Amino acid sequence: MGILISKETKVIVQGITCREGSVRTKYMKEYGTKVIGGTSPGKKGQEVHGVPVYNTVKEIVRDQGEIDFSVIFVPGSVLKTAVFEAADAGVKNIIPCVEGTPIHDIMEMVAYCKLRGTRLIGPGSIGIITPGEAVVGWLGGNVEWANKFFKRGSIGVFSRSGGQSGTIPWVLREGGFGVSTVIHTGTEPILGTSMADLLPLFEEDPETKGVAVYAEIGGSQEEECAEVIAAGKFTKPFVIYVAGAWAPEGQRFSHASNIVERGRGSAKSKMEAITKAGGYVAETPTDIPLILKEKIKD
Amino acid sequence: MAKFLEYQGKEWLRKAGMPVPKGKVASSPEEAKEVAEWIGGPVAVKGQVQAGGRGKAGIVKLVNTPEEAAAAAAEILSKTVKGLPVRQVLIEEKLDIKKEYYCSFVINNAREARSPMLMFSTEGGMDIESVPEELIFKLNIDPIFGFKTYDAIDFCVKAGIPDDELSKFASFLTKLAKIYKEYDCQTLEINPFVMTGNGDLVCADCKMEIDNSAVGRHPEFGIKIARDLPGEPTELDLIGWSIEETDARGTGFLMNMGYDEVSPGYIGYHPIGGGSAMMGLDALNQVGLKPANYADTSGNPVGSKIYRVAKCVLSQPNIDGYLLGGFMMANQEQWHHANALVKVLWEELPKKPGLPCVLLLCGNKEDESLEILRKGLADLMTPDGPGKRIEIYGKEYVTDTKFIGERLAALAKEYRAEKEAHGK
Repeated sequence: MGILISKETKVIVQGITCREGSVRTKYMKEYGTKVIGGTSPGKKGQEVHGVPVYNTVKEIVRDQGEIDFSVIFVPGSVLKTAVFEAADAGVKNIIPCVEGTPIHDIMEMVAYCKLRGTRLIGPGSIGIITPGEAVVGWLGGNVEWANKFFKRGSIGVFSRSGGQSGTIPWVLREGGFGVSTVIHTGTEPILGTSMADLLPLFEEDPETKGVAVYAEIGGSQEEECAEVIAAGKFTKPFVIYVAGAWAPEGQRFSHASNIVERGRGSAKSKMEAITKAGGYVAETPTDIPLILKEKIKD
Repeated sequence: MAKFLEYQGKEWLRKAGMPVPKGKVASSPEEAKEVAEWIGGPVAVKGQVQAGGRGKAGIVKLVNTPEEAAAAAAEILSKTVKGLPVRQVLIEEKLDIKKEYYCSFVINNAREARSPMLMFSTEGGMDIESVPEELIFKLNIDPIFGFKTYDAIDFCVKAGIPDDELSKFASFLTKLAKIYKEYDCQTLEINPFVMTGNGDLVCADCKMEIDNSAVGRHPEFGIKIARDLPGEPTELDLIGWSIEETDARGTGFLMNMGYDEVSPGYIGYHPIGGGSAMMGLDALNQVGLKPANYADTSGNPVGSKIYRVAKCVLSQPNIDGYLLGGFMMANQEQWHHANALVKVLWEELPKKPGLPCVLLLCGNKEDESLEILRKGLADLMTPDGPGKRIEIYGKEYVTDTKFIGERLAALAKEYRAEKEAHGK
């Protein structure tokens, strides 16, 4: 099973003719993702790695029916229009693999998708992978690498860092586990979907026996997961590793989302919240599979 | 965020139709005197720096004559606040203050909000942290539909504004909400805004921070570096920004972190990606080392970009080491990093012989990358060579912040001892 994407998921690419859009279309298709079309206004009739190009998303819907996922590769400065377009066309999930989007645009997108009943992942996510079935975005990089490091199995993975979304699956693999679905939630301070929003999906997924998280200081995503667990809406073993535990307060990083201020979002607050809710904290990433081995009963 | 000084923020508020005191900025006592004469009557002289607590730091003064304004300006312009020299003063008409209020607009990233949030209090003028929680009124604002006047009136009633002043306050706050969005602010804080003796609301102070990602659509602001910097941009910051500005292929982020280029224990820091940066900092902080700078070469940058970042990091004076902290199983092909590093180390290490360099590179094309490093650096890494303290690690250590930190600390200790022995 896995969550969000499978080999049946109908995927389109907005911005399919640009450098990144074209390269990732090739990769997604080679990996097995059902890429049914892409958009680039004025280029209808062209093909990108065998995928037909359309002018608009609505055109694809008229031609091929409902769309499950749109992967967007356009600059952050014009992302809002692209997200509105997909939402207006009734696309069920949108994942902009784009950084540098103005924050007021992001807040508008999030509100707009909520009105339309569309799930927005990110912005600033590098993607989602359900190993052996499908990938959206550029998580995995290329087919050879993706096959080598993303082994299918029973652990759902969240990563707050794009770069680290390969690390936890690798550590799990070394520790004898595979992964059901890996999700990078995005780098922006405001996200359409947080880990807490997705935890119930992992709860429902029979293949997923536990969830592992690469967490970071800043924000309150981990604390929100603790609330979901405490409310009994996620009951499987939940293990987090929090990077930045040694960072002094106020130290800043490239993502605006990981600034520690006044105790909120600190590693300590996250670890305490998770432990209190009944989850587990790994001191180092390599402890994650050891904890999961002990806690998963079957 | 690109932060404006008070006088800049007020200028933009004025242009947007908000009431601000009559005033102008001055950079010398003579100019201050001229502005005071132009205003006429008592004035406030306010030092312009990016720091809170200006009153306590003694850089805000109320005076009665242009001569006194010149004297106050001379005193304030000679001061330094939190390491920042005061280069300008704002001269403003002295307000007849009846009452002070607080308001700010910020981004609320809580799961149930994901929207702008207004905070308002009738107890303005002081640090917001010292205002009791029950006297701060908060409201999330719909990002699409905005802040409606009737909602503002509703809100002001709850916050304790008397009936005859409701419309005035509602109009003031809704205007600010509009400006907050139109100017793409991350933060807009007016503390205090005041009611004057004749009942007008005026913005007595202004803290305005523009969203870095939106700077591109506001050429009118003339912002040179869209980045969070602790003070004025250093030479390294300017080079860093030029690398990023001229080449959009992947990230090549570089900024100063307050290193004075003299103190011991600082490491030229080169992580790859925000997540690995955090683990790298854990590695350094665990062993008492500090990052001289912050850098990031993730998002699949081209080799030339990585080369320029690494070159800047390594050429910082008096660093005690260099860490390529690739604490991640990268999706990007890592051989671009390997090639760039070989070139940079050959250029820089002869100038800093024996500098500890711990290179951790893991993930896509790792074997090939480590081979490029080992082969390319072999002749530099001889027992007496300038690269004798280069150590190369791969995925076996990808999450081992403790080991990497300890290796760097041990090598840095040797290096410092060696430098001292040479009388440097």
